[in-house]
Amino acid sequence: MATAPLPVCGLVPHPLRIAQVRRETVDTFTIALDVAGWPGGYTFAPGQFNMLYAFGMGESAISVSGDPGQPGRLVHTIRAVGTVTRALQRLRRGAAVGVRGPYGTAWPLADAEGGDLLLMAGGLGLAPLRPVVYHVLRHRARFGAVALLVGARTPEALPFRRELARWARHGDIQVRVTVDRAGADWRGAVGVVPALARDVRVSPGRARAFLCGPEVMLRFAERELSALGFDHARIFVSLERNMTCAIGHCGHCQLGPSFVCRDGPVFPYDRVRPFFLTREA
Amino acid sequence: MAPGRDTGAAGLTLASALEAHAFLRGVPGDLVRRIATIAHEVSLPAGAFVIREGDDADRLYLIRAGAAALEVTMPGKPVVRLETLGPDDILGLSWMNPPHRWQFDARVVEPVTAIAIEAGPLRDWIRDDPRMGQAVAMRLVSQLQRRLERVRLQRLDVYGAEA
Repeated sequence: MATAPLPVCGLVPHPLRIAQVRRETVDTFTIALDVAGWPGGYTFAPGQFNMLYAFGMGESAISVSGDPGQPGRLVHTIRAVGTVTRALQRLRRGAAVGVRGPYGTAWPLADAEGGDLLLMAGGLGLAPLRPVVYHVLRHRARFGAVALLVGARTPEALPFRRELARWARHGDIQVRVTVDRAGADWRGAVGVVPALARDVRVSPGRARAFLCGPEVMLRFAERELSALGFDHARIFVSLERNMTCAIGHCGHCQLGPSFVCRDGPVFPYDRVRPFFLTREA
Repeated sequence: MAPGRDTGAAGLTLASALEAHAFLRGVPGDLVRRIATIAHEVSLPAGAFVIREGDDADRLYLIRAGAAALEVTMPGKPVVRLETLGPDDILGLSWMNPPHRWQFDARVVEPVTAIAIEAGPLRDWIRDDPRMGQAVAMRLVSQLQRRLERVRLQRLDVYGAEA
């Protein structure tokens, strides 16, 4: 006897099968989930996240890193750093993952149309910005100059390397990559990612900046962008906190008056700026 | 002397190029023209060394195009790239203070076009002429501050610490 699909509600994960697993770096991997059975069809906006449930282990908040224009596959890129994410790393094609979402705020792409766009990612901060790149490439005429700046610890720690090379070759957007440390065989830049902002053709007066990465990096990035003439009101950041319930109930991800899971993860920079310098936030 | 090709640009053109470089932007025209008398354009191909550790630090390079990487060589270990410098960056700070020897290698990553300024006269002018000293020394301090901030951010190893 066939059973009715489980309802997708606030705290009940919906089981999805892994369609593909790809290793990105030594500790980072990408899984594509088959969303064919998602009740009503699954859609998300770039910047949003899901709670992924490794059965028997627990949940973790993971940004969607896939193409919003390909609704059949739900893609997440995950760094294996804790119990849940290591359990997810052990799963293979065909295994089930519990999913609930999407949650949170999205990058303000509609507002960015008609102007330039600067995307800056540090480390795995590229994952929540990757859907933005897909969206921009699909609707290229809606945007002016677009630059993607990516920083990583080493060339080996750089996620989506082939894709970055392809985007750079294609030339629709400006792509600059830098690493903190490299040997003489590395052809890219060595240094911090905020410094790359000076090397791209984006007009600060008509551009929006979307930033995602470690918060220290975000602070340095804001200083660099301000020096170039970016208005704070045009800078948006995606933050990461200990998101447990994802619906603004548990309070684990509280940042001042905001819950990162519900009011974020994408925030206007001005809204979170005071908390960047708060010792306990 | 580092390998390279001096393009022999006319003084006026060189002064314009100096004025357009971020490092000297806003410096009074007479000072820029004076600097132009001790400067020349240099083009370096990929793979060439701009400076070599231990050599005389006799020039300040203002990079106009391309990229060069600061490198350090340790016996028995692979070369480590410390930082890449590009358009509007300056390259070479060791000329400012004794012993006037380069502390690192700098190797061209993408073909570089730069303006090389003779360090000896520039150092004398900074010391002896308050206007030149104010204009150039403060810009050097500003560059040093920016570079120090970058190095500190690199040192934080933020990607290693992210969870």
